[in-house]
Amino acid sequence: MVFAFVSCLAPCLGPGAAAVFAQAPDSARLDRMQHIDSVVVVGTFRPEKVIPAQVLDGERLQRLGAHSVADAIRYFSGVQIKDYGGIGGLKTINVRGMGTQHVGVFYDGIQLGNAQNGQIDLGKYSLDNMAAVTLYNGQKSSGVQSAKDYASASAVYLRTRIPEFRDGKRCNLKLTLKGGSFGTVNPSVLYEQRLGERLSNSLNAEFLYTTGRYKFSYVKADGYDTTAVRQNGDVRALRIEEGLFGRIPDGSWRVKAYFYNSERGYPGAFVREEPGRFRHEDRQWDSNFFLQGSFFKAFGDRYKLSVHGKYACDYLHYLSDPRLDVTTMYVNNHYLQQEVYLSAAHELTLFKWWDVNLAADLQYNTLDADLVNFVHPSRLTSLTALATSFRFGRVTVQGSLLHTFVEDFAREQGAEAGAKNVFTPTLVAQYRPFRETDIALRAFYKRIFRMPTLNDLYYTFIGNKYLKPEYTTQYNLGAAYTKEWPEARFRRFEASLDAYYNEVEDKIIAMPTSNQFQWTMVNLGYVEIRGADAVVSCAMRFGKLGVDCRATYTWQKAQDFTDRTSTYYGGQIPYIPRHGGSAVLGLNFGDWSLDYSFIYTGERYESSANIPENHALAWYTSDLALSKSFRLRSSQLRATVEVNNLLNQQYEVVQCYPMPGTNVKLIISWTL
Amino acid sequence: MSLLLLAAVSLLAACRKEEPIIPSTSTDVTAPDGSGGVIRGFFLLNEGNMGSNKATLDYFDYATGVYTKNIYAERNPGVVKELGDVGNDLQIYGRKLYAVINCSHFVEVMDARTARHITQISIPNCRYIVFKGRYAYVSSYAGPVQIDPNARLGYVAKVDTLTMQVVDTCTVGYQPEEMVIVGKKLYVANSGGYRVPNYDRTVSVIDLDTFKEVRKIDVAINLHRQELDRYGRIWVSSRGDYYDVPSRTYVIDSRTDEVTDTFNLLPNSEMTVCGDSLYVYSTEWSYPTQSNTISYAIVNVRTKKVVTRNFITDGTEQRIAVPYGIAVNPATREIFVTDAGNYVTPGKLYCFNPDGTKKWEVVTGDIPAHIAFTYNGLAPLQ
Repeated sequence: MVFAFVSCLAPCLGPGAAAVFAQAPDSARLDRMQHIDSVVVVGTFRPEKVIPAQVLDGERLQRLGAHSVADAIRYFSGVQIKDYGGIGGLKTINVRGMGTQHVGVFYDGIQLGNAQNGQIDLGKYSLDNMAAVTLYNGQKSSGVQSAKDYASASAVYLRTRIPEFRDGKRCNLKLTLKGGSFGTVNPSVLYEQRLGERLSNSLNAEFLYTTGRYKFSYVKADGYDTTAVRQNGDVRALRIEEGLFGRIPDGSWRVKAYFYNSERGYPGAFVREEPGRFRHEDRQWDSNFFLQGSFFKAFGDRYKLSVHGKYACDYLHYLSDPRLDVTTMYVNNHYLQQEVYLSAAHELTLFKWWDVNLAADLQYNTLDADLVNFVHPSRLTSLTALATSFRFGRVTVQGSLLHTFVEDFAREQGAEAGAKNVFTPTLVAQYRPFRETDIALRAFYKRIFRMPTLNDLYYTFIGNKYLKPEYTTQYNLGAAYTKEWPEARFRRFEASLDAYYNEVEDKIIAMPTSNQFQWTMVNLGYVEIRGADAVVSCAMRFGKLGVDCRATYTWQKAQDFTDRTSTYYGGQIPYIPRHGGSAVLGLNFGDWSLDYSFIYTGERYESSANIPENHALAWYTSDLALSKSFRLRSSQLRATVEVNNLLNQQYEVVQCYPMPGTNVKLIISWTL
Repeated sequence: MSLLLLAAVSLLAACRKEEPIIPSTSTDVTAPDGSGGVIRGFFLLNEGNMGSNKATLDYFDYATGVYTKNIYAERNPGVVKELGDVGNDLQIYGRKLYAVINCSHFVEVMDARTARHITQISIPNCRYIVFKGRYAYVSSYAGPVQIDPNARLGYVAKVDTLTMQVVDTCTVGYQPEEMVIVGKKLYVANSGGYRVPNYDRTVSVIDLDTFKEVRKIDVAINLHRQELDRYGRIWVSSRGDYYDVPSRTYVIDSRTDEVTDTFNLLPNSEMTVCGDSLYVYSTEWSYPTQSNTISYAIVNVRTKKVVTRNFITDGTEQRIAVPYGIAVNPATREIFVTDAGNYVTPGKLYCFNPDGTKKWEVVTGDIPAHIAFTYNGLAPLQ
């Protein structure tokens, strides 16, 4: 059995900062010693139960057999991944049926932006240096937090590793080499150095190459049976991250520089064609850079300050060249996005039972592109959040009000959309009915919107500057239970169940105009989503054998109520299954570990017309990983074999984008 | 325990069904009175949204009054990925049914009696098809790439309908669309839709003997449709630019190859000629106002006067969201108008009596668009 000290606290710089300060009684449970069986988990934390949250962290995260953050998030309840297949295919998520743009993705506490289309490709974010992935429904509710933390319908927090030095070591070095199917080679290096008592440094670099080729089949009962190979799905990517981590009395700071550069092919939709005659050669080049910093300090028991800042620059080049692919139209576009962001958050503890959080964020985005008649928009966003938290015995109540002001600017006078000035509230409550038993009953209400993206408003020929924001209203009711038996065979049991009702109003949808090659964006949709999320996890130990398991289940009825006159009024919205779930089982025996992961996505429809023509079969994949650690003098070597999609199931997540069948991965990592 | 789980999963996998071939669905839409005259029925090609591989074929039978949706897949279960992606034109010539499948880059050739696959003619980015004698002519956007890949001309492919091979090609203007043949001349409307805002504005004239472009007639920007009337005049539609230049209709005299008339107030998305009547609907999109303007007109091609601006007389037009296809039964003068709706759910087909009152309506596939009448009918599925 290994004890892991939980050194991080949810509130400040995103979990992970080694700050220690006065804790409110209810959150004190966060930083006590935790018993975590069978795996060494450094810096783990459990989010508060006030709001539904799910975490995958430490070894459990690393052992999922996942290529990217997107693959890991599939194990959360209430989440749908849209996956265009392969390592290079776009992977976006939506939470509780509300659409990708409603999910805020935070990297070390600061939101990843994409003002252009509002979606974050989670397939681009590596698990190599990831310490934890956390999903919050509604919003994170942990005291001093930036206004952005209140500003999306749900949020995913990606927390990278922070340097930890054991036994007086001054540096850590970890070399990892992954490789396997689809011609994948994926080396990485992590170097962490202690620069002083209160300062450390971390450098992480990763390279990825894959041919992206895989076989896939389409089989119809009593019909055709065809197998082909996915072409032009290659990816070459380089990621370098450099971080500085410092501690000050009652506080901490960190600075991170992130660089990502990639080239990838777009295999396109697999539609009927004369086999092998046309090459699909569309390509995309990305360069992403950001520099971000955070600062946190507690001044006495009553006041805490948290400051964040960021500069980001994203460059994208897309090329579709008829000289390479005769079927295509020539497209050669370059896009440059820049973002500057500043945030200051204050928390004032008025009484032991009453906190007030005031946060102000300011953000400026620009988008340049070589499109015809492009207006070169820029956007100024100001977010102000006032939040308060009361604790009366076993009842916790949190309320927040967010003010958003958005003003757009365009190169051409009058081309910009009107300014938006919006207030949105959230109310969260939790009740612990028993003193001895750790059961929390919780409820939240949240109303929030997403701004039309710069593409929605200004993309030549498609954009519509008259678009209104798209609103979501969420109601959630749930319960969470935890029980631990430190010395027993059955060590830990956690369960949670939440039921929810969401409304999406003025949904921004693409609508064709007079012909299907020209589209525009309109505020047309109205969707109601009723659902339930359940998560159960437990840990057991039988002598040397440790067992860890986790299962999730999601039920969703997400109905399109846009057009009352339509025959398909009330149909389940595209790609949202009625039932979904996952299961993870980890076994440890000495130096050996065996992990089994299972994902189930029930039948669904590719259109709100729920007819046989649009029906998609359920799919389920099983992944298996076996690994062993070896001690080599003072270093540790670990070898892993993964077999993913064990039963070679042929499936699609997105219509006409086939997913890979059985594939294998070998991982060797050497920690010095 | 994990073995147990594995066993359970294997069991699950074993019972995962294969996706079936989607069967057709039949609807009684009208009395089985065989009222089509010499025409026994018609095929309707649904485009299907781009990238969804959902082009489908429907059939209406006058003898039974039954509309059958999605007949291709069940009649051709061995054809991989069914009919393909984006059906753009449908014609019957001789005993064969030709479907131009734009984003699948081929012309599907079927037996017109059975709708069974015969062969496919691979032509990248193919758009429309016309026939004369032994040959079919197919317009395509995918001409040779010169120095500037942005300035890529289109071409017309000449297909031998006996061998189903492309025997010749003739380079024309930018992004060529519909064609008509008058005598030994083929007229193709060039749109230049890929070259916004530098649209093409010409109709190319090809001499069918030499299969060379002999002339370019300057008409207007972004040309699309063409119809030949019985007076040798070619009616040409311009889509405009969706901003300042509206959609208009032009007339070319095929004897002089000159533009003789301009109808400034006749926006035109698609048209069909029957006798002296030219039926025109228009779904004109305007970006500045973010709205479609819809109209249904009849023009007398002899007098060149607009007879009506709304040939639907019973108010049914209120229910048509996006008119997307038009056809007139030459024997009965029934008017067919399709509605693409929201493009991602099944559309509708409306049948109107010659006086513009609705006769029947039926649900189709996604984006119903192209109709081909048959004198031979479709043999029932065995």
